Amino acid sequence: MQMRKFLISAACAISFLPGIASAAVAEADALPSLKWSFDGIFGSYDRPQLRRGSQVFLEVCSGCHSLEMVYYRNLVDIGFTTDQAKAMASDYEIEDGPDDEGEMYMRPAKLSDRFVKPFANTNAARFANGGAFPPDLSVITKARKGGTDYIYGLMTGYLDDAPADFDLSEGTYYNKYYPGHQIFMAQPLYEEAVDYEDGTEPTLEQHAKDITAFLAWAANPEMEERKRLGIKVILYLIILTAMFYALKRRIWSNISLEEFVHDPYVVEYEQEMQRHKRPN
Amino acid sequence: MKRMQTDNRILMWIDTRLPIFSYSSENLVSYPTPKNLSYWWNYGSIAGIVLVIMIVTGIFLAMNYQPHADVAFQSVERIVRDVNYGWLLRNLHMNGASMFFIVVYIHMFRGIYFGSYKAPRELLWMIGVTIYVCMMATAFMGYVLPWGQMSFWGATVITNLFSAIPLIGDYIVVWIWGGFSVDAPTINRFFVWHYLLPMILFMLVVVHMWALHIHKSNNPLGIEIKSPADMMPFHPFYTIKDLYGLGLFMIVFMFFVFFAPDFFGEPDNYIPADPMVTPPHIVPEWYFLPFYAILRAIPDKLGGVIVMFAGVLILYVLPWLDTSKVRAATYRPIFKQLFWIFVANALFLGWLGQKPSEGAYLIMAQLSTGYYFLFFLILPVLGKYEKTKPLPVSIFEEVRKKRRAKEA
Amino acid sequence: MSEISNPSPNGTIAENPEDEGKRDFLLISTTTLSLAGIGLAAWPFIHSINPAKDVLALASTEVDLSAIEEGQAVTTMWRGKPVFIRHRSAEEIEGAASVNLAELPDPQTDAERVQRPQWLITVGVCTHLGCIPSGQKLGDKKGDFGGWFCPCHGSHYDTSGRIRKGPAPFNLRIPEYNFIDDTTILIG
Repeated sequence: MQMRKFLISAACAISFLPGIASAAVAEADALPSLKWSFDGIFGSYDRPQLRRGSQVFLEVCSGCHSLEMVYYRNLVDIGFTTDQAKAMASDYEIEDGPDDEGEMYMRPAKLSDRFVKPFANTNAARFANGGAFPPDLSVITKARKGGTDYIYGLMTGYLDDAPADFDLSEGTYYNKYYPGHQIFMAQPLYEEAVDYEDGTEPTLEQHAKDITAFLAWAANPEMEERKRLGIKVILYLIILTAMFYALKRRIWSNISLEEFVHDPYVVEYEQEMQRHKRPN
Repeated sequence: MKRMQTDNRILMWIDTRLPIFSYSSENLVSYPTPKNLSYWWNYGSIAGIVLVIMIVTGIFLAMNYQPHADVAFQSVERIVRDVNYGWLLRNLHMNGASMFFIVVYIHMFRGIYFGSYKAPRELLWMIGVTIYVCMMATAFMGYVLPWGQMSFWGATVITNLFSAIPLIGDYIVVWIWGGFSVDAPTINRFFVWHYLLPMILFMLVVVHMWALHIHKSNNPLGIEIKSPADMMPFHPFYTIKDLYGLGLFMIVFMFFVFFAPDFFGEPDNYIPADPMVTPPHIVPEWYFLPFYAILRAIPDKLGGVIVMFAGVLILYVLPWLDTSKVRAATYRPIFKQLFWIFVANALFLGWLGQKPSEGAYLIMAQLSTGYYFLFFLILPVLGKYEKTKPLPVSIFEEVRKKRRAKEA
Repeated sequence: MSEISNPSPNGTIAENPEDEGKRDFLLISTTTLSLAGIGLAAWPFIHSINPAKDVLALASTEVDLSAIEEGQAVTTMWRGKPVFIRHRSAEEIEGAASVNLAELPDPQTDAERVQRPQWLITVGVCTHLGCIPSGQKLGDKKGDFGGWFCPCHGSHYDTSGRIRKGPAPFNLRIPEYNFIDDTTILIG
C-alpha cells in the first residue's frame, strides 16, 4: 500500500520535472514536432544531411554566427575527406602570430583550427547587428527549450506580416515560435538559399531540416558512440542484475530459521548487548 | 573485536600488526543484521557507491577542467568533445549528482518513516543530516563550475542571500565573492571547495558507518533486537541483496547517462555566462527546489533566509521533537498519514519552486511551507497522545510467521 | 574470501546437494561477469588521460621551406619542442659527408640523417640533459664544428647535427618528416 502511494507521488514528481524550464514568461506558439533520424535509443546521424547542413551553415549562418567549439577537422567525422575539409578550412582566414617582427598576421585556416568567428568579439557582433548579438551556435540545440524542434520552427516560423493586433517593434521581425514573437534576426533561409552539391531539392523546409540536423550534431558529436555504448552497457547490466537476483533468491531461500541461535559469534554479540542494557 | 583465525601465515602476520582482516570480517562478513530488512534499506549502500563514483569521475574531470571564468565553459566543452571518453565522465558526474540526491532523499525518508533517528541512533541521524548539508554545498558550488548562465546567476542570487544578515551582510557577500560580483575569484575558490568538501563528506560517511555499527541497523518493525535469532550475518545475505539493488539502480542511472543526459538540467546553462544578461527565470537544480520555494514564500528577505535554513536545520532536532516511544510508522496510524502528506507536500513544494513566485503560486507555497513546519512541530504533542498499534513480539516471530504463511 | 574463516557455524545455510553444483555455476559466472565489467569500466578512465583529440590534431606540423634561403636556419615548434631546419650550403654538405665515422661518438653518416642533402631537419634539444643548443641565428655561437653549441655543458654538434665534443651521448634526433612537395614538409 505504501509502495503504491510512494510510486504515485514519485510519478507525479517525475512528470513535473520536464516542465522545470516551462516557467518562461514570454509566450510562443506550440512547436512543430518532427521525427529526426537521431531520435530515440537507436538514432543516428544522416551524414549526407549533415554535409548539406554544413553547407547551409558556411554559406548562410556563418556570416553572423560563430561555431567556436567545432574544429575544421570535425568535418571529417561527417563524411568529408581530409582534403575536402582542408579546402573548406582554407577558405577562411584566421589571425596568427606574433611573427619575428612582433606583428600579428592572417593566414588560411587549418584542420586543427576552430571555425573562424565572423566578428572579433561580442561588441563588434552587436555593433554590426543593431545591438543584437547573434549567439554562437555550437550548443544551440541544447541551449533552447524545445531543442531541435525549436530551431526548425524558428527557421520556418517567419510571417511576412505580423498579425493585425500585434504591435511589432522597429527593427524586429515576427516569428511564430520565438518567445515574445519579436526577433531581431531577419528570416535567414529561403527556398534555394543554398545550391546543394548532392542535388537535393533546396526547399525552405529542407534547408531548415538540414541546418537543424547539422546543429544537433555540432552540439552532440559524441551521440552515436554514446548510444552504441549505452545499449551495450544497459544490456550487460540487465543480464548481471538478473544473475544477482537469481543468486539472491537462492541464498535467501535456504535459510533454516532456528540455527542462528547457537552461532558462537552471535552469542558474543548477545553478551555485548547485555552490557549496553537497552530497555524495550 | 573477535580475531580472525586462519592458516595463512601472511594474513596472520599482517592482521596481528594491523587487524584489517579481522576488522573486515567483523564489519562486513559476520556483522549481525536484522533478518527482516526490506529494500528500503538498500539505499544507504547505494549512496556510498554513488559517492565513490562522483569522487572518481570528479578527479578525472579535474585533470582537464579549467576553473577560470574566461575558459571554464570552453574547458567543459573540450572535455565532452576532445578528451577520450570525456563525454562519459561528464555525463556520469552530472547525472551522478542527481542520482545521489534521489538516493539520499529516499534514504532520509526511510529514516523518518521507520523512526531510525530515535534513541540510540540520534547521533547517527545528525551525522547524516550533516552529510546532507555537505552534499548541498558541494552540489551548489559544482553547478557554478561550468559557468553557464544558470551557474552564474544561480550563484549570484544565492550568495546575495547572505546580504540579508544585519550589519555585516554586505561584507560577508563581498568576502564570499572575492570581489564586487560573482567573477573569476569566485569560480576559482568554488572549485577548490567543490574538490575539498567531498573528502570531508567521505570522512563523515566513515563516522556515519561507525555510529551505525555500534547499535546496528533499525528494521521495518522498529522494534529492538530481542535475541540473536533476530539477526543474520551481513554476508552473504545482505551483500547479495545490496548487489541486486545496486544493479537495478545502475540500470536507471545508466539510462540517464547514455540516453537522456540533459534530463535533469536546464537549457539556459548551455549559454555561456553573461553578467549583462539575466535569464527570464532563474531556477536552481531540482534537488534544491523545495527549499527555494520556502525561501520565496516569505516576503521578507531576511525572513526568507531564516525560514529556509530553519527548514534544513530542523532536521537536526527531529530526534527530540518526536516524543513517541514507538519507532515505525507502521504502528503509528496518525504519524503515517502525516508522513505521506509530508512526502506529497515536499514534492509539491519542489514543483512550486520552479513556478514564478506570485499570485496563486505564492499562496500555495506559503501553505505548503506551513505544513512542512507543522509536521515537525506537531510531533512532540503527537507522540504523547497518539494511540499506537500493538507492537509485534520480536523480529524472529514476525519473520517466522511470514515464512510459515508463505509455505502454507 | 575462502581464507578468512567465516565465524558463522557450518551448516548455517541448509545445504541441498543437488543445488550445490547449480549454485556454484551461478556464483562463478556472476563473479566472472562482475569482474569483467569492472575491468571494462576502468578503461574509459585510463584512456581519458591519453592525449586528447585536440592534442593529437597538433601532432603534425606543416612547414613551408620556400622562404628559407641557403645558409639560413629556422626554428619551428613541433609537439612542444623546437625543430631546427637548416638550408645547408654546398660546403656544409661536403663537410658533413666527409667526416671519418671513427671520430664520431655516435657514428652516423650524413646520408642517413637527411632526405634531401640541402635540408637538415633535427629536433633542437641537446641529447645530454635537454637544453636548446645555440646556432640557429646569424650571430650565434656554432661551436667548433660549424653546427650547434650547447651552452649548458659545452656539447658541440656539426653541420649534420652529430655530437662531436662534449658530454652529449647521441646526435641531435631526426624527427619523422615527409616532403609533401618540393617546398613543404610535414613533420610528425
